[in-house]
Amino acid sequence: MALKIGHGDVKHIHDHAKGTYPEECSGVMVGMDTGGMKVVVDVWRAENTHEDERSRRFLIDPKEYIAFEKRADERDMEILGVYHSHPDHPAEPSEYDRDHAWPGWSYIIASVSGDEINDMRSWLLKDDRSGYDEEKIAN
Amino acid sequence: MPKVRIPTPLRQYASGESEVEVGGGTAGEALGNLVETHPDLKQHLYTGDSKLRSFVNVYKGDEDIRYLDGQDTDVADGDELSIIPSIAGGSVGRCR
Repeated sequence: MALKIGHGDVKHIHDHAKGTYPEECSGVMVGMDTGGMKVVVDVWRAENTHEDERSRRFLIDPKEYIAFEKRADERDMEILGVYHSHPDHPAEPSEYDRDHAWPGWSYIIASVSGDEINDMRSWLLKDDRSGYDEEKIAN
Repeated sequence: MPKVRIPTPLRQYASGESEVEVGGGTAGEALGNLVETHPDLKQHLYTGDSKLRSFVNVYKGDEDIRYLDGQDTDVADGDELSIIPSIAGGSVGRCR
């Protein structure tokens, strides 16, 4: 399974990551899961509502999340996963990320330092929650 | 009967349904009936000692049941309960 995401949506994630630096950004990817490939049609920005330490933590308000889900349903799309940034840290999931991850979703992480995107990778939680498998990103 | 809205990542454990009608007079009863119908949901909603997981939020309409009466919150015909995953993460504490 690969995650297909167009250049425009990648740029949107990169711009979001650079715009909120040194704080983490987050948002959702919506589109279609064809069975063999997840195709991202749009990315929607979320507000980072974590009370503190936003340079290393993000939280999407449950009400904003449910609004995203309803918006996706209305468009016959589904939420395929979540993106977020790691300011000055690698594009690899943390233990904290794993604790909060959900099975089946793609987790894109963009590593950002100032105005530079260092790396962007996508991860899938293993079924037994023991870790992640990297997911291929296709343009 | 009240309805329970299932979030996208948990629909795979609820026969792909986005909304399920369940019986029950409280949020706890409704969720209990939901996991009885869809047992695979249980491990994602509850801890081993049958408490709702901290990163699972349940709303009645627009209100978090934690700020109502928790699992004892009354639900009636036509009420909508929404299971909403906490979407959170962060860079510290690396692992693979």
